[in-house]
Amino acid sequence: MSHVSPKGLYYSVFGGLFILTIVTVAIARVDLGPWNTPIALAVAGAKAMLVILFFMGVKYNNTLTKVVAASGFVWLIILFGITMGDYLTRGWLGVPGR
Amino acid sequence: MSAPNVHGDAHQSSHPKLQHHFHNMAQQLEASILGMWVFLVTEVMFFGGMFMAYLLYRSMYPDAWLAGSNELDEVLGGINTLVLIVSSLTMALAVRAAQVGARMAQIANLILTIIFGSIFLIVKYFEYAAKFEHHLVPGANFDPAREPAQQLFFSLYFMLTGVHALHMVVGIVLLLVILRMAWQNKFNAEYFAPVEVTGLYWHFVDLVWIFLFPLLYLIGKHH
Repeated sequence: MSHVSPKGLYYSVFGGLFILTIVTVAIARVDLGPWNTPIALAVAGAKAMLVILFFMGVKYNNTLTKVVAASGFVWLIILFGITMGDYLTRGWLGVPGR
Repeated sequence: MSAPNVHGDAHQSSHPKLQHHFHNMAQQLEASILGMWVFLVTEVMFFGGMFMAYLLYRSMYPDAWLAGSNELDEVLGGINTLVLIVSSLTMALAVRAAQVGARMAQIANLILTIIFGSIFLIVKYFEYAAKFEHHLVPGANFDPAREPAQQLFFSLYFMLTGVHALHMVVGIVLLLVILRMAWQNKFNAEYFAPVEVTGLYWHFVDLVWIFLFPLLYLIGKHH
């Protein structure tokens, strides 16, 4: 295995991260209503993918490593989804003990 | 053809760093990377709990979050974001130099990574000092003119960035160990797993900051 990426790839990834950081700062100044945070997270997610796939080299790892790397983020979505699903719906029934 | 005799001659010509329970260096490296990712998954969950608290309390106190966020220094946060991205680039180049056996390039990039990591922590020190001066640290001396819920925001700000900074300190110590090993010529094109695995840790710490920067520093900027 031991895949060696060309230096140019790392410089390109750095350039992408630099540009996306400027996009993050610029887009935060525009009032997008409820969409500011989702879009900020989407840009952060794109930056995270660049780091994970190329700097961390997961793109060139075996399938088992890819699945393990992804699993952490899958569990994170379960944590956020179920917890917020609970808290955001507690007021719906209007019963004591919510 | 018979199966390779894994406990016999196959190892006589192998690398001295090859543990006897692995077939070859490539398999050993794959195992190291997999093991590091298992650890990093626990780190994702560790930070995830704090991000969960951030999400929940932000949904409960949105105004306190915007007011608290606007007290953070966006310029210093932005500079630190760029510093960390550069440090990730030099870390990736250090791992690459290790892979191709370029010792001096590896040492140079490790030193650069340590320097950028230290710059991040120095900037963080000045940020924290300003928060203490402005009575933004939760507790008895928190600015009484502010909405109490803002203490929740600053609690999470200090917890998230504090634990992140602690990871940076650990990362710098690890890099100093790797730098010493590189200096002693312990790595070559066949054996560089410690550099690669330390790189994974360093990139992960960068990854956390990529999410912390917009979620802590930028959420109130459009108001």
